[in-house]
Amino acid sequence: MKASANTLEKNKTKKTFRELGLLVFLIVLCVIFQAINPTFFTWENLADMLRNTSILAILAVGMMMVMVTGGIDLSVGAIVALAGMVSALTVQYVPQLPAFIAILIGMGVGLGCGAVNGVLVAKGRIIPIIATLGMMNVFRGLTYLISGSKWVSAHQMSDGFKSIATGGIGPINTLIIIAVIVVLIFYYFLNYNRTGRYIYAVGSNPESAVITGIKKDRILIMSYTLLGLLAGLAGVLWVSKFASAQGDTATGYEMNVIAACVLGGVSVSGGTGKVGGLLLGVLLLGVLQNALPLINVSTFWEDFIQGIIILVAILLNISVKRRADKNALKRREI
Amino acid sequence: MSKMASLNKRTNVELDRSVLERRLEPKKFFLQWEWLLVAILVVILIVNGSVSDYFRGTQILDATMNFMDKGFMVLAMVFVILLGEIDISIGSTAALCSVIMAVAYNAGMPMELSLVLCLAVGLGCGYVNGILVAKYKEVPSMIITLATMTIYRGIAYIILEDQASGGFPDWFQYLSWGYVGPIPFSLLMFIVLAVIFGLLLHKSAFGRQIYAMGNNETTSRYSGIKVDRNKIIVFTLMGLMAGVCALFLTSRMASTRPNVAQGYELDVIAMVVLGGVSTAGGKGNMPGAILAVFIVGYLRYGLGLINISAQVMMIIIGLLLIGSVLASNFLLNRPKALPKK
Repeated sequence: MKASANTLEKNKTKKTFRELGLLVFLIVLCVIFQAINPTFFTWENLADMLRNTSILAILAVGMMMVMVTGGIDLSVGAIVALAGMVSALTVQYVPQLPAFIAILIGMGVGLGCGAVNGVLVAKGRIIPIIATLGMMNVFRGLTYLISGSKWVSAHQMSDGFKSIATGGIGPINTLIIIAVIVVLIFYYFLNYNRTGRYIYAVGSNPESAVITGIKKDRILIMSYTLLGLLAGLAGVLWVSKFASAQGDTATGYEMNVIAACVLGGVSVSGGTGKVGGLLLGVLLLGVLQNALPLINVSTFWEDFIQGIIILVAILLNISVKRRADKNALKRREI
Repeated sequence: MSKMASLNKRTNVELDRSVLERRLEPKKFFLQWEWLLVAILVVILIVNGSVSDYFRGTQILDATMNFMDKGFMVLAMVFVILLGEIDISIGSTAALCSVIMAVAYNAGMPMELSLVLCLAVGLGCGYVNGILVAKYKEVPSMIITLATMTIYRGIAYIILEDQASGGFPDWFQYLSWGYVGPIPFSLLMFIVLAVIFGLLLHKSAFGRQIYAMGNNETTSRYSGIKVDRNKIIVFTLMGLMAGVCALFLTSRMASTRPNVAQGYELDVIAMVVLGGVSTAGGKGNMPGAILAVFIVGYLRYGLGLINISAQVMMIIIGLLLIGSVLASNFLLNRPKALPKK
């Protein structure tokens, strides 16, 4: 009993240590960027950066939930496109539609898409990467199909719809506010709600979760559906922000979302992942995307640098963990 | 302590099950999934032939030119997925190979050497993946290749920025447009490589070791299989085949850009899974995957013949992928492809 409490404590310190490492890394990166280009640390730039990162944050929170169950969702990019397209088309034909109804429509579409994913994974017993890979094709195809491969561009959207992303309360942009609300809700849900804790239980040990009486299938379907819902929301925000809905909106964006989760310490094998760490991962990607152009790095170098940083972060994390485990083993009395 | 016990119990049960399956399964399994695939392929060919006058005789062979480049990657991806791993960097690897080959040729390197360089780059990319996957077991291969995917494509962008490169000698086009008798050269090449990969998987000790590792890596390690070495070999082979794909793809398009072969990884994985290879590792075979290459290829081609748009095609391919896994899970009563922990 005492031993287990001890290891629990040790695990806790290890995890905070990890987040601290990421935070230090982030701060060092910011200091370097600030030294090269002093406009980095201005209010305008920071607000701009947060605004650009908010959609990523919304998606990453949902993705974390799915990854905690041990799954993954490759179709988020396609759901973003489909939900964005449906809401944009609705706005095009019914220009006087209030903006929040457009958001609800997008979220509804996302909810449906997510539910399909969830049912395929939980009831169809298809492994998540394959199920969502297939649905990614389906959703993306549907997006092209309903739009007739045409764009919905800025002049076809009502001002009310476009103002979702440009408006704000006081100096703070709506996108940032929505992202903060989403993150807070999910922080509470994943940490203090019984159903939220069930997600972790299912992810860390599915067999014992079922034996304990947790309805595993229901939890899985719920996770994917909620991610779909968030992707739908993100889709509307995306289209409103860029004032254009296209068939290829957010192609490959699922990889950014997954990268943010992995940087934030979410394990792909399930069971671990915290909102705090995740936010650091999201911010790290956001800072990179914002600051690389500021310090005159050519856009053609961005992919490479981003990839290297992700790889280094993952490998460093593993090395640190290995050393910590080794030390713990040494200290153990046999 | 109790956790250990339950763990032991679980592995024992799993072992028993897999031993049982190996004794009972082969014949039943060969007679089911592969025949279903053959039936689908025949139906697709007949439908193609009946809807279009252009689908006759040698045209059926010519149609393969459109999808053979992906077929090469499928051959190696079967090995990767049998291990229970995945490699999503192959599209980027192919792009990098293609870009480096084009740039080297235009910088004055003889075309023959550029071809070798293309394959060498693929080999190198695959080797890096293999080393990382084997040395950092805690990280799933999906995440590692996600990172290298961005890196390889990133290097391609650094080299060629937003330019295109080409101007290859005429004989280079022979790779994907040439014929040996009535048979397209690319198809012939695919058949040769398919036989080699099939023999490697089903008739060599190495192939059996791959199955063993896919079923249970720990026991494989303890029975003396060089697990890490095999993994590195498999990923290196995967990179090499991405290089081969790059050769044929570049030859088909006669020029290259850093964004070629985007999304190829997903098509290739879809073909392998449709071919009955389980993503949980250890189950599946080469003939199934090869059949799947032709099914998906001819399906796309046939849908194109009757003017089905590319968008509907995406939907059909996606549904086909999901339907095939659902069918194998429920109808054929095969062992379920449960998520791998």
